[in-house]
Amino acid sequence: MDLKLDGISHAYDATRVLNNIDFTIKAGQIICIIGPSGCGKSTLLRFIGGLERPTEGQVLQIGDPPAESLNPLTYIFQDFALLPWRTVRGNISLVLEDHGIRGTEADTIINDVLARTKLSDFGAALPKQLSGGMKQRVAIARALAVKPACLLMDEPLSALDSQTRELLMDDLVDLWLKEKYTACYVTHNLNEAVRLGHRVVVLSRRPGQVRDIVDIDIPLEDRLKHPALLQEKQDYLWNLMREEARAADLELLDA
Amino acid sequence: MPDLDTPTTVQTPSAAAVKPVPYRGGGFAPRPSRLVAPIFFVLLFSLWEAGSRFGWISPIVLPAPSEAFQAFMDLVNSGQLVLHLEASLMRLALGWVGGTVLGLAVGLAAGLFTLARGGIVPFVAAFFPIPKIALLPVFIIWFGIGEESKVATILFGTFFPTVIAVYGGVDNVDRGLIRMGQSFNLGWWSIVRKIILPGALPALLSGFRISASIAIILLVAAEMIGAEYGIGAYILLAGNLMAMDQLVAGVAILSLLGLSVSWLIGRAEKIFLRWRA
Repeated sequence: MDLKLDGISHAYDATRVLNNIDFTIKAGQIICIIGPSGCGKSTLLRFIGGLERPTEGQVLQIGDPPAESLNPLTYIFQDFALLPWRTVRGNISLVLEDHGIRGTEADTIINDVLARTKLSDFGAALPKQLSGGMKQRVAIARALAVKPACLLMDEPLSALDSQTRELLMDDLVDLWLKEKYTACYVTHNLNEAVRLGHRVVVLSRRPGQVRDIVDIDIPLEDRLKHPALLQEKQDYLWNLMREEARAADLELLDA
Repeated sequence: MPDLDTPTTVQTPSAAAVKPVPYRGGGFAPRPSRLVAPIFFVLLFSLWEAGSRFGWISPIVLPAPSEAFQAFMDLVNSGQLVLHLEASLMRLALGWVGGTVLGLAVGLAAGLFTLARGGIVPFVAAFFPIPKIALLPVFIIWFGIGEESKVATILFGTFFPTVIAVYGGVDNVDRGLIRMGQSFNLGWWSIVRKIILPGALPALLSGFRISASIAIILLVAAEMIGAEYGIGAYILLAGNLMAMDQLVAGVAILSLLGLSVSWLIGRAEKIFLRWRA
């Protein structure tokens, strides 16, 4: 299943946030969206998953999601969004219960996703006992449990310290190599974008427009072996964004 | 280029005074102590008892703690305590449970629906500040002098703070969690049951603390009008007879009642809010 963004524009009251965004998320690819703060990238992600509606344009599904997919468009949030009163297993079971999956069937799925995210020993832990990186791995396990056709990740590593971020980035790459998931990954971190993205969509500052779409042809598993090439891409992206970021930084909020 | 290895470049005046950096932290962190409270209590009661024994405190003003305790034991032995407690606890339970159940339903509606909020919030704002004791005569006219008017007063008094606690609690549930629920296609009722209600539970339990103490206040007030049994009636009678020992015993029972309620809610918080960081 591909996703196509078709002429998306959005305004809150009189403020234009997004302007005529067009691009396609192809199955099996990770698309990174980068842009200066306040350019509407998180808003765009909420449109893609149907949590909000744009004032103009639409997001189109091209083809049907795989039949086994319980929740085709699944988010991973920056703040993890785990229920603090449920254990790790309970948090994953939460998203299965409404599909009528309980008991041993649920246990099988939960054990599977916990193993895939290296969390098997922590099923009974409460979120307050986990570090930030572990919480985000639980959120990833929860997302995998519903067999998404496209993962929508809203700055998933931004709340983590840099070492944890590095580890989790490796996990995301490993997971992609095994499962070739589709993802739309919003970030303000250029390094994450060049490490994970097959394609990077650069947005301008508000109102967000597509400045450029950059393809990164190095296979994900080889990226760390080509630091110079990666750095070159990152510098190119930074040059695109530098002036925008500076101007965005000087803008008044709600002005 | 200066030679970095020669120690002479680093001047360490031998005459300079060497002393530890002054400590400026500490304080502002009182810790709970199991020892202080009993000692303080024993000291206070000994002083009080001594004051009465030596005649510094007139028995008309305040009886000795031992006399109040004697009055309490008389109450126990005569079997009257059970009757008074039974009557009071019954009114308290009926009124509080009724007010809480209604308050939960109405507060949840105000927390979830625009229309309900528009109707309920101004209504609550108008009625909450009325001292419910002022409505007791109204309830007596409506429901008679018996149990109904007493229960109604307590019910009415606990209803409003519960409504406020519930819709405030629902408002404070992390919107991110609700959005997460929607993003996983959870049903409306699932979101209410599994995300909103547990998320509002901390606010709910502190609301219970407030509504329970309001219920005890109203209980005593209601029992001072036309009640044969009940702790409020017992205290009123003791006052009329100028039986200070019984009066103090009655007040002590109220204090114990309040402490038990707050202990129960504390237990509930420990059990149900284990997940809180």
